[in-house]
Amino acid sequence: MNILVRRAALALPPLLLTFPAWAQDAKIDAGDTAWVLTSTALVLLMTIPGLALFYAGMVRKKNILATMMQSFFICALVTVVWMIAGYSLAFGNGGPYFGDFSRLFLSGLSANWDKPFTLGAGTEAAVATTIPESAFLMFQMTFAIITPALIAGAFADRMKFSAMCVFIVLWSLLVYSPIAHWVWAPTGWIFALGAADFAGGTVVHINAGVAGLVCALVLGKRLGYGTDNMAPFNLSLAVIGAALLWVGWFGFNAGSALTAGGRAGMAMLATQIAAAAAVLSWTFAEWMTKGKPSVLGAISGAVAGLVAITPAAGFVLPGSALIIGLVSGALCFWAATALKRMLGYDDSLDAFGVHGIGGIIGALLTGILAFGPLSADAKNAEGVYIGGMALFTNQVIAVGATIAYTAVATFILLKIVDVIIGLRVTDEEEREGLDVVLHGERLG
Amino acid sequence: MKLIIAIIKPFKLDEVRDALTPLGVQGLTVSEVKGFGRQKGQTEIYRGAEYHVSFLPKVKIEVAVSSDIAEQVVEAIIKAAHTGKIGDGKIFVLDIERAVRIRTGETDGAAL
Repeated sequence: MNILVRRAALALPPLLLTFPAWAQDAKIDAGDTAWVLTSTALVLLMTIPGLALFYAGMVRKKNILATMMQSFFICALVTVVWMIAGYSLAFGNGGPYFGDFSRLFLSGLSANWDKPFTLGAGTEAAVATTIPESAFLMFQMTFAIITPALIAGAFADRMKFSAMCVFIVLWSLLVYSPIAHWVWAPTGWIFALGAADFAGGTVVHINAGVAGLVCALVLGKRLGYGTDNMAPFNLSLAVIGAALLWVGWFGFNAGSALTAGGRAGMAMLATQIAAAAAVLSWTFAEWMTKGKPSVLGAISGAVAGLVAITPAAGFVLPGSALIIGLVSGALCFWAATALKRMLGYDDSLDAFGVHGIGGIIGALLTGILAFGPLSADAKNAEGVYIGGMALFTNQVIAVGATIAYTAVATFILLKIVDVIIGLRVTDEEEREGLDVVLHGERLG
Repeated sequence: MKLIIAIIKPFKLDEVRDALTPLGVQGLTVSEVKGFGRQKGQTEIYRGAEYHVSFLPKVKIEVAVSSDIAEQVVEAIIKAAHTGKIGDGKIFVLDIERAVRIRTGETDGAAL
């Protein structure tokens, strides 16, 4: 076995730092399973209603329902897509770049439904877990759901619902599943490379953030951007949404340990510290530069910190989490305000500024700050992910590959959908408001 | 009959209403409006995007009264709504051509 594959076998991916495949007697552990099931519910809550409220609170009144519909409907769409082919394409063994169709329509799931699931069964780098496959695929489904829902923040206020549906289905299958495969499947090439991504800094946040940027650029600016008053209609909704995201993130990060124990505990702790630190740094940065500490700034800071700690959660100590939070809060503040204005793109709800930039910051800092012992296992006493130049290099490669692939693939998919259906609503429709134009409903 | 329209600061509504009751005013209509006169608006900032909002929230009171008490009503409103700071508002007095009470069909004076 060459060194890369040997390391890969034990480079237990973000979620799978459990037992090596040769622990034949692994049983379904009730505690681990209970925690993963709970985390699944928490992560779903992040999308409905967390993200729905977070985003809807920031748009104008005429688009609130349409914005909520995006999150809600994407939840339903991606669930079915994941069940049909998404899961199989992401976690089927396949090759380095794609999974396979072994679990098309989740066929074969019943065979070992009550036995502990082994990811990558039959391959060299297979990893056994202590939870049933149904729980694993459900947990992963909630990640597959929230990622496209995040992109919606970039094209808010101007994308056709029909176009969004078609785009999201294609994107989930052709962009999300492949990247998830690269990073989290034992046969994936980034997994083999040895890059660290505990809960989805690349797969979810950089992916959605960059895709969002591409959407913002392809769709173009909203009518009246820069001149009209586009102030949020009801920030209280956004506050509630952000709080749901924060608490739900415990499922996102700590749940990615796939076990209920020290790893989950440390991941939850790191998550909380980073979130809190980022609230402080974004708020203070804004207070100093703009004169007032805003509520929108505080909640945006929280999300930025949570995004940045996502790839790092189970691999860093609390002190590092503090650093990651402080840095991401301040840099994402800069990205969502100054950078956006400088480059002139209309990323309505800062999908790129917060998720893209936050994810990149987190992924790179993980490369420097990873504390080896947290990822130690039977074969690697010093740890699988140890902060340093080697890991940092892997992080750069993983981040670069994610950005490149998602940018190009998203662009192509958008162009295809544009030709078939048309992406953007008309000017009159945009002025009227998406709620009544797309859905025939009004907030009153 | 006169229709008195008064645009006042929102927090003055209760004081104005209390000032009108002793004058025999038995009903009025209130709406929440936005507007500006000489009072400047405010600047709101959302993630770095600045919006100068020139429209300020105000309250509009419309009250129909018989001409003989119109002047007293105007005086009462001025006294109750006054703060001395910019943005206190304005009062307009219009003539009413006709008034009808819907329930009973009474007209003009009996309808007020």
